[in-house]
Amino acid sequence: MSSPALDLRASKGGGETGFRGLALAAGAFVLVILGAIAIVTTSKAWPTFRLMGLDFFTTKRWSAIDHIYGATAFIFGTIVSSIIALLLAVPVSIGIALFTTQIVPAKFRKPVTYAVDLLAVIPSVVFGLWGISVLAPKMDGFYKLLNRTFDGIPLLNKLFGPSAGGKSFFTAGIILALMITPIISSLSREIVDTCPPGEREGALALGATQWEMIRGVVIPHSKGGLVGAIMLGLGRAMGETIAATLVIGSSPQITADLFGAGNSMPAFIASQWGEADTPTKSALIALAVTLFLITLVVNIVATRTVARSQLRSAGGR
Amino acid sequence: MILTKRSVPVLGLVALSLAAGACGSSTKVTSASSPATTPAPAVTTAKPADTTAAPAVTTAKAGAAMGPLKAATLNASGSTFTKAFYEAAIADFTKVNKDVKINYGGGGSGKGRTDLADQITDWAGSDGTVKDEDKAKFKGGEFLYFPVVVAPITVSYNADGVDKLNLTPTVIAKIFQAEITKWNDPAIAADNAGVKLPDAGIVVVHRSDGSGTTENFTKFLDASVGSKGDGTWKLKSGSTVEWPTTTTAAEGNGGVAKAIKDTKGAIGYVDFSDAKATGLKFASIQNQAKAFIAPTLEGASAAAEGAEVKPDLTFFAGWAKGDKAYPIAAQTWIIVYKKQTDKAKGEATKTFINYVLTDGQKTAKDIDYAPLPKALADKAIAQLAMIEIPA
Repeated sequence: MSSPALDLRASKGGGETGFRGLALAAGAFVLVILGAIAIVTTSKAWPTFRLMGLDFFTTKRWSAIDHIYGATAFIFGTIVSSIIALLLAVPVSIGIALFTTQIVPAKFRKPVTYAVDLLAVIPSVVFGLWGISVLAPKMDGFYKLLNRTFDGIPLLNKLFGPSAGGKSFFTAGIILALMITPIISSLSREIVDTCPPGEREGALALGATQWEMIRGVVIPHSKGGLVGAIMLGLGRAMGETIAATLVIGSSPQITADLFGAGNSMPAFIASQWGEADTPTKSALIALAVTLFLITLVVNIVATRTVARSQLRSAGGR
Repeated sequence: MILTKRSVPVLGLVALSLAAGACGSSTKVTSASSPATTPAPAVTTAKPADTTAAPAVTTAKAGAAMGPLKAATLNASGSTFTKAFYEAAIADFTKVNKDVKINYGGGGSGKGRTDLADQITDWAGSDGTVKDEDKAKFKGGEFLYFPVVVAPITVSYNADGVDKLNLTPTVIAKIFQAEITKWNDPAIAADNAGVKLPDAGIVVVHRSDGSGTTENFTKFLDASVGSKGDGTWKLKSGSTVEWPTTTTAAEGNGGVAKAIKDTKGAIGYVDFSDAKATGLKFASIQNQAKAFIAPTLEGASAAAEGAEVKPDLTFFAGWAKGDKAYPIAAQTWIIVYKKQTDKAKGEATKTFINYVLTDGQKTAKDIDYAPLPKALADKAIAQLAMIEIPA
C-alpha cells in the first residue's frame, strides 16, 4: 500500500510544494498582520502610557480637557455588560444546543438550527437600533418597578438602582446576549453532537431518563468544549461596538447599579474618535490596546480549554 | 465596518477595530499621491471646458471674477452640522459651473481638520478652530479661515404644560450639572412667572459622541457663567465634557432631539434645524443685555455681528454683545490652504467660497442657517485675495 502512495506524492511534488508555500504564506500573513497591529497601536498609544503610567488602568476619571486618562470605568463597563450577557445567553444557548441535538425530532432539526443561526446574520446596528427604540423604553418601566420593589432591601437596592431612560449596563447586556446566543449555541451544538451515540444509548439502556442521560453523559463529555464556546461568546460580547454604543448610556461610571448608565471600551472609542485631539487619540488607542490584551487573554484561555478537553475526551475513549 | 463580520472569530474583530484606530497612519500614504493623480483629468478636459463655458455671465453672477472655471473635482469633509447647507450650495454652484464637481463627505469637524491636514481633501468644513499644537501637522503649510454661516443652538425641552420657558445661563449651568433636578425648582420659576412648572424630575440629555455642538454649548456656559464668569459652570468646555453620571446621552443632534421628544421631563441642547424638524419646544435664553431671546436665525446673525472677530476671521458667536443677539450660537468655517498647488482646483475652490459668501448666503435662510453679517462676509470676500494659485 505504501509504494503507490509514494509514487503519487512524487508525481505531484511540484503542486505539493506550491500548496505548502501558499498555506504557509497565508498562515504567516495572519501573524504578520497581528504583529503589525500590535506594534503600531502600542507605539501610537505610547505617549499615553508614558503620561499616565500604570495609573491608566487604575484611574476612574477620563477628561480630554484636562488630559487625564483613566480606563477603569470603561474596563468595568465592558466586563459588567459582557458578564450580564453571558449570564443571560449561556443557559439559553446550551438549552438550544441540547434541544436541537437531543430532543427535537430529526425532521425538525434543520429548520430549528437554521432559525437560530439566522439570528447571527442580523447586523449589530440593527440590534442596537432595536435596543434603543424598542427595548430601552420598555425596560425603563420594568427597571423602575424593580427599583420600587427592592427599595430598602440591602444589597438589592444597590443593584437595582433608579433607571433614567432605560439605557444601562443591563440593557446592553440583554442586547449583547441576543448577539452571542447564536455563536454559543451553534458551537455548543457541534460539541454536544460529538458525544458518542453508544454512550448515550448505554445510559438510556441502563434506565436513565433523558435528563439523567444529558446530565450524566452529554454534559461531562462536552464540558471543556462548552467552556470554550462560552469564552468565544464572551470575546465577541466584549468587542461589540455599535450596539453597545447605542444602548449602554455613555456615562463612564463604576457603580453597583445595573440599571445605571455606563460605557464600554469599544463604544467609547467609536464615539470619541472623530472629534478627539492628538493626546486624546493616543489615549483612545491605549484603550484599544487594553481591549486587545483582554480579548487576547480570553481567546488564549478559550483555546487552551478546548484543546485540553479534546485531549481528555480523545484519551477517554 | 464593525457590523458585519459576526462569523469572524473575536481576534479578527479586535484586529479590525484596532486597524480603524490606526488609520491615521495608513491614510497618509493615499494623501501623498492624491494631488499627483487628480490634476491629470483637469488638463485633458481643459479644452472642452473653455468652449462650453460660454455663459461667462452666469459664472460672474456666481461670484467668479476670473472667467470660466476649468474642470476640477474638489473633495471636502468635516462639519455635519453644516452638511445640509454645503449640499445645497454645491448643488446650486455646480448647476452654473458644470465642469466642477464637489464632494462633501461630512464626518465631523475633527475629521475635516485631520483630512485637510493630511491633504486628503481640498477644503475642510469645521465648527472649531485648529489648536496651536496641531498647526504643524498641516502638510500644506499655512491655511485660511472663511466664515460661512452661523446658527443657533437651542435648549430644547419636553415638560408637561410648559410652552414657554425662560432660562438664564446660571440656571442652564445648574440644570446640566444636575444641581437643579426638578422642573418646579424656585430658580427656574423665578424667571417664568405665570408658567405652571410640573413637579417632575429633569432628565438631562447630552451628546454621547464628541461634537462641535457640545463644544459651542459648553463654550457659551464657560464664557457666561464659567471660568470667564462667576464660576457656576465647572465642567469647562470641549467636544466632550465630564457630564454628571445621572444624565443620559444620545448620538448626534438627531439622536438628542429624538431622546428629548421621547422622554418626559427631558432637556438638552440641539442645533436649530434638528430641533425644528423634530418639532421640539425650545427655551428663550437670557443674553448679555439681560433680554430673553428665542432662538432665531436673526438672533444668530445678530450674535455674529456682536462677536469679536480676530484678524484671521476666527470668532466665537456665542455669548456675544447686542440686545438682539441669541447667546448660544455656533459658527462654522471653510478651511483652505493659502498656497494652492493646482491651478484648476485652486480657482474652483476660490470661486466656490466666493459663491458661498455671496449668493449662498441668500439660500442659507431657507434651510435654517443664518447668514453672516454683511461686514463679516465682506471681510471674508476680501481675504479670498490671499489664496495663492499657481500660474
